[in-house]
Amino acid sequence: MATMIDPTRNHFELFGLPQRYRHDGAALERAYRALQSEVHPDRFAGGSEQQKRMALQSSAHVNEAYRALKDPVARASYLLGLHGVDALDETDTALPLDFLERQLDRREVAEDAVAARDARALAALAGEIRAEIADRETVLAQRLDDERAYAAARTPVRELQFLTKLAADVDALQATLDD
Amino acid sequence: MALFQISEPGEAPLPHAWKRAIGIDLGTTNSLVATVRNGFAVVLPDEEGRPLVPSIVRYREDGVDVGYAAMAHQSDDPQNTIVSVKRMMGRGLADLGDDRRFPYRFHDEPGMVRIGTRAGVKSPVEISAEVLKALRARGESSLGGPIDGAVVTVPAYFDEAQRQATKDAARLAGLPILRLLNEPTAAAVAYGLDNGSEGTYAVYDLGGGTFDISILKLTRGVFEVLATNGDSALGGDDFDHRVFCWIIEAARLPPLSPSDARLLLVKSREAKEMLTGHDAAPLLATLADGTKVDLTLTKAIFTEITRNLVAKTLPPLKRALRDAAVAPSDVKGVVLVGGATRMPQIRRAVAEFFGQPPLTNLNPDEVVALGAAIQANKLAGNRERNDDWLLLDVIPLSLGLETMGGLAERIIPRNSTIPVARSQDFTTFKDGQTAMAIHVVQGEREKVADCRSLARFELRGIPPMAAGAARIRVTFEVDADGLLAVSAREQETGTEAAITVKPSYGLTDTEIARMLHESFAHAEDDMKARALAEVEVDADQILAATRNALAVDAALLAPDEAAQIAAAMAEVEARRGGSDHLALRAAVEALNRATAEFAGRRMDRSMAAALTGKRVDAVL
Repeated sequence: MATMIDPTRNHFELFGLPQRYRHDGAALERAYRALQSEVHPDRFAGGSEQQKRMALQSSAHVNEAYRALKDPVARASYLLGLHGVDALDETDTALPLDFLERQLDRREVAEDAVAARDARALAALAGEIRAEIADRETVLAQRLDDERAYAAARTPVRELQFLTKLAADVDALQATLDD
Repeated sequence: MALFQISEPGEAPLPHAWKRAIGIDLGTTNSLVATVRNGFAVVLPDEEGRPLVPSIVRYREDGVDVGYAAMAHQSDDPQNTIVSVKRMMGRGLADLGDDRRFPYRFHDEPGMVRIGTRAGVKSPVEISAEVLKALRARGESSLGGPIDGAVVTVPAYFDEAQRQATKDAARLAGLPILRLLNEPTAAAVAYGLDNGSEGTYAVYDLGGGTFDISILKLTRGVFEVLATNGDSALGGDDFDHRVFCWIIEAARLPPLSPSDARLLLVKSREAKEMLTGHDAAPLLATLADGTKVDLTLTKAIFTEITRNLVAKTLPPLKRALRDAAVAPSDVKGVVLVGGATRMPQIRRAVAEFFGQPPLTNLNPDEVVALGAAIQANKLAGNRERNDDWLLLDVIPLSLGLETMGGLAERIIPRNSTIPVARSQDFTTFKDGQTAMAIHVVQGEREKVADCRSLARFELRGIPPMAAGAARIRVTFEVDADGLLAVSAREQETGTEAAITVKPSYGLTDTEIARMLHESFAHAEDDMKARALAEVEVDADQILAATRNALAVDAALLAPDEAAQIAAAMAEVEARRGGSDHLALRAAVEALNRATAEFAGRRMDRSMAAALTGKRVDAVL
């Protein structure tokens, strides 16, 4: 089935953006909206079944590409993939021990805060995690864009993924305190 | 054809007739139909000038009443007069909770509950279709002919089963449905286009039976939903019910007959509505056995007994803001939608939460239907000023699969922008395993048992391999209506199984076919004539569009491609004069296929132009 989108183009090319980790969120958003305005199924509501199908696939592809470039973990892992490095290979998930210990401690802090219904402690923890996330993003920008040290970027990508998941879990716990 | 309708500046767009397009707000309590007339969205009233159609259906001995006619009998014929049927869409009896509040004869059938009436056992889909038929008829008489396209709204927090049931009801009512549109999004369209707004907005939509909160970002003609949340079983009805319970307690009433219960619920609603503008409301009623009820409901009591209902809307609000990564203070305006948002305690709670008074300059009853009409008009292809805008909506609940140990594996997380397609690879866990059961679920919980089961299917014919050797790719695809299709494919051999999700909760295709057959039995000839007329329009459009495209861009084609297209065009032209609509349809589809690649190349080029800001005046 033909789609409206050239599948050989990578996500950066699709949006007409430079292929790098540091990114211009506003430029990505603009390009995303411009592309969706062309391919979204709403433009083809009166079209044939096949055109609707093509619009659905193309629009879904643009959404997926947007998500992959917007999200810091997905963007890093996508960039590494373009250089033949599988950052999130499930058979190799090793992380530095001190990093893991720090996150385990944080999980305990989170559980204690929920048990005590202490929203402030949970918010403080969330802030701490966000700071570490920002730090990993800086490291990744250096490794990927400045040093082009792709293999050496694997660990910070995995750490970033771990931290993002932890932040989401803490968010979910904050939500339970709201309820 | 639409793909080809990318005209160069100055090139005449294809002439096409004005389409009769309507937007329908299918509400729990009231429904509306609207259209765009002379560039303005307007609600279509009945002959007496009433804009609303009460969403009430009464089955008489010799026919069906909808709206005010049915409403008049809700107390004296409660078991055959169905109100709030929207609450039962895509729901089993167990989902309805305390069913004593409904005076109906429920039948607990697998999937969706059914209701016994004097006209037989009816599904909520059939009952909703009666309301939709009444709205369709109003649209047809007002627009002077058959409807070409309709947009029907659903609560943003409706799940797959509820959306599918709504779409089935529209099909059953004979509505050509262009899109299911989320109610808060429809409201945002009506509001945003009217006010030329930019920034982040919250839409707080408390209807008769559903609550939605959506956070949207409005940027130069793009309405992007960032997150949505809600409760598809919370609405104005619940406030009536609190008053009803308070009456029973205050007047020390014994268990009530269905008629008395309905009467007091009606009185409860009237009292609730009166309290919007008054400090107290009288509650006077005489029950069937002569018992007199004479109470006064004050604003203070009403606020007190509904306090936790108001509070129930706050956690979804917080979750939506959190998912959108938006702070309450970032919200530029809060739009109130739904009749229930007239209650002062709701307005106060919203104002307090956001630190600003909500926007109420649009009629909360009408704004959803108006937005739906604007969207329908655009999708049908009617050109208007300022119609260069786009909606990007999301799915409200995560979609996933059951994996080992009864756990749900999320494939598409909630608040993903639709359409969306995502795949995940799974493998076999036994040596020589040749089949794999796939269980599709929706919800946010970890355990499958706590999520809603949407469908089960089996991928068979996997060649026997060692455990873990097969690669089974499961693909979830959600379309612009928010409806899911799932397919599975073994990667080595290409063994395939696909399903469009519906069996667990929707009606089966056979049921729909039977119901459609019943309603159209006498209209078969009309349908054939209409089908032919429709496909003739399609044929003319694609021929004209292909000729235009060839005139401009023939250079994009290789000689053999051009020859194929020419042959397909000749076939359409040959069939164009005949009376066989199926043969013409087949020829049109063949031409469509023959030109798909060509259209794709033209589209690709116009997308590249869109990115560089040099638009090729991409008109639809």
